[in-house]
Amino acid sequence: MTSAAHVAAVPAAPSFLEAGGRRGILAWILSTDHKRIGILYLATMVTMFLMAMVLGVLMRIEQLTVDPPLFSASTYNAFFTVHGVIMIFMFVLPGASAVFGNFCLPIMIGARDVAFPRLNLMSWYFFVTGALLALTSLFTGNGPPDAGWTFYVPFSLRSGTNILLGAFAAFVLGFSSILTGINFITTVHRMRAPGMSWLRMPLFIWALYATAWVQVLATPIIGITFLLLIAERTFGIGVFDPAKGGDPILFQHLFWIYSHPAVYIMILPAMGAVTEIIPTFAHRSIFGYKAIAYSSMGIAILGSLVWGHHMFTSGMSDSANLMFSLFTFLVAVPSAIKVFNWTATLYKGSIELKAPMLFALTFVFLFCIGGLTGLIQGALNVNVHLHDTYWIVGHFHYVMFGGTGMGFFAALLYWFPKMFGKMYNETAAKIAWIPIFIGFNMLYGGMLVLGYMGMPRRYYTHLPQFHTGHVIASIGGFIMATGLILFFANLFVALFKGKKAEANPWGGVTLEWQVPSPPPLENFEEIPVITHGPYRFNPEGAK
Amino acid sequence: MSSIPAMPHPVHKDREGAKLGMWLFLFTEILLFGGLFLLYSAYRAKYPLDFHTGGQHLNTFIGVANTVILLTSSLTVAIAITAIQKGNRKLTMLCLSATIGFAALFLVNKYVEWSEEIRRGIYPNGPALLKLPDGEKIFYGLYYSMTGLHGLHVLAGIVVLSVMLKFVHSNRITSSDFTKLENAGLYWHLVDVIWIFLLPLLYLAA
Repeated sequence: MTSAAHVAAVPAAPSFLEAGGRRGILAWILSTDHKRIGILYLATMVTMFLMAMVLGVLMRIEQLTVDPPLFSASTYNAFFTVHGVIMIFMFVLPGASAVFGNFCLPIMIGARDVAFPRLNLMSWYFFVTGALLALTSLFTGNGPPDAGWTFYVPFSLRSGTNILLGAFAAFVLGFSSILTGINFITTVHRMRAPGMSWLRMPLFIWALYATAWVQVLATPIIGITFLLLIAERTFGIGVFDPAKGGDPILFQHLFWIYSHPAVYIMILPAMGAVTEIIPTFAHRSIFGYKAIAYSSMGIAILGSLVWGHHMFTSGMSDSANLMFSLFTFLVAVPSAIKVFNWTATLYKGSIELKAPMLFALTFVFLFCIGGLTGLIQGALNVNVHLHDTYWIVGHFHYVMFGGTGMGFFAALLYWFPKMFGKMYNETAAKIAWIPIFIGFNMLYGGMLVLGYMGMPRRYYTHLPQFHTGHVIASIGGFIMATGLILFFANLFVALFKGKKAEANPWGGVTLEWQVPSPPPLENFEEIPVITHGPYRFNPEGAK
Repeated sequence: MSSIPAMPHPVHKDREGAKLGMWLFLFTEILLFGGLFLLYSAYRAKYPLDFHTGGQHLNTFIGVANTVILLTSSLTVAIAITAIQKGNRKLTMLCLSATIGFAALFLVNKYVEWSEEIRRGIYPNGPALLKLPDGEKIFYGLYYSMTGLHGLHVLAGIVVLSVMLKFVHSNRITSSDFTKLENAGLYWHLVDVIWIFLLPLLYLAA
């Protein structure tokens, strides 16, 4: 294999974890090395994820205790708001892009760093500032924000809680997202190694590129929306206040003009990571390279035209509803193209079910359920029944957690040896998968059923007929949380006690596997010249 | 695999890349204001008469004067960029100072204009504004949001241009390395262009 020969040719330059002048924490928080910044994001996000997971568990406990409920209604409101804000704005949204994008993008295109390394570090500081502001909003003012992660007016104008700080935190996080997007687009345009034409880029890069465009073009809209919300609460400018002639529906429009494309910011990099993992473990070139690359861009474009499907019951005109419903069905096409291509890649491959592959296939399975349930609620008449029920919550978690979350875990397992130069216990990772998968389907599958039966979302308690469903969902939630703790504990232990990882433990063929694990500070001794596409598993050409 | 010689790590000057990044940033600025333009068009369609009345009461003289000031400042920043390319540091610094002066003058005018409105009680939750019809409340709400956000951008422009002035002074911007100044100029032109849209939408709406 060419990669093995190449690795042998690289002399033992110190890895990025050993190189660099500074010591201790300063070596991290002042570093402009894209690899260190990727790991900074990883550490921040895993922390935030675990905190929001605890809130999720608390919500499930609340639904077990009906009479009397363990937490008050307002506490429960704060739980789901903060769970949503943290998970959305601090985990799934920047997740795969900021962590693995930062770490892998320059290496996979044969560059030494991103185009603007200092801006890159600044993005992380914005991210941490936003995260700290969000946490501060929990403990200051008149209690944590309780308007849901969507901050719908007029409730978010009237609520006495700490909406201001919560919205400002989201604004600052948006800044971080925009700067990362600008950085990645410029990097892809300007820093590709000689010979790496657009159609020789790994598909993860295509996904990051499409994501970056959505980040740049959509995020400013949420920026202005939250700024206006802040101005509305502070000065009472009236643009969203029905008492002054403002129209709350316009807030919803502005919110979803960003927040729907944002779900593609969340899912596209995860899809990209899975697209890297599947060929590696099927030992076979990806099926339909161009279709996957262009479908990433297709999702980015079409996904920007479907925001109205969040507002079918809000009082839009019928013709607007029809258009948004139509586009919603259309956006399923590029997503399905990807699923077919992943499946076709497996066909006649020699599949090795290593831990990353297990999670990647789980991604495909859960994403299919999430995607198909999305089509059901995208139909106008059905939406009236399903809107604001647990069905929506279930669908959303299938896509965002079953999709982005599992994609993130798969990517973490795939690139962990490369990032840290340590190998985790693969069996333990597979064992952790079992409770995660079972618990996941009990919890969110249960939510789909509950929602179809009519259980409304965001209620702190429920009617007796929903109790059995809630008990099943809660037990599933606890099982999944156990699995997640095992999953992260395994990786945490590997950081300190893991065996040394080889340069190419999985037999991958993209550029990151041709440098040592962990990579040297400069990534490449010499910038490689690319002479062929990214997925050439047998250079002799025999298929 | 063949290869090209290694580049030292931190030294990476890519003029094209820097400009590409700046243009992307300008897109985001346009979209930031785009949200306000969207609200403006929706509300103007809903309250056409109130927007007409609201526009009549704004101080068109100051609005137009500020337009002239900003357009002139765009000219001076453009001259500054050409001057640095030709190696004329003195003219560059002069023109940059003039641009900063114009920007400050713009803000002074804005201060006078806002003070007058506020004195009349026309401000969000102001006594006079609350008596006006809903459409005018929205009009003035948008007026303060749009000119306020634009004003913040002018303020940011002053900071950026001052830093550029310092860079020219300390020879960090030279006739061979002036991308920073070019990008600052692009930003300033954007601030200018947005104002050119705000003028007819607010002051000439009547």
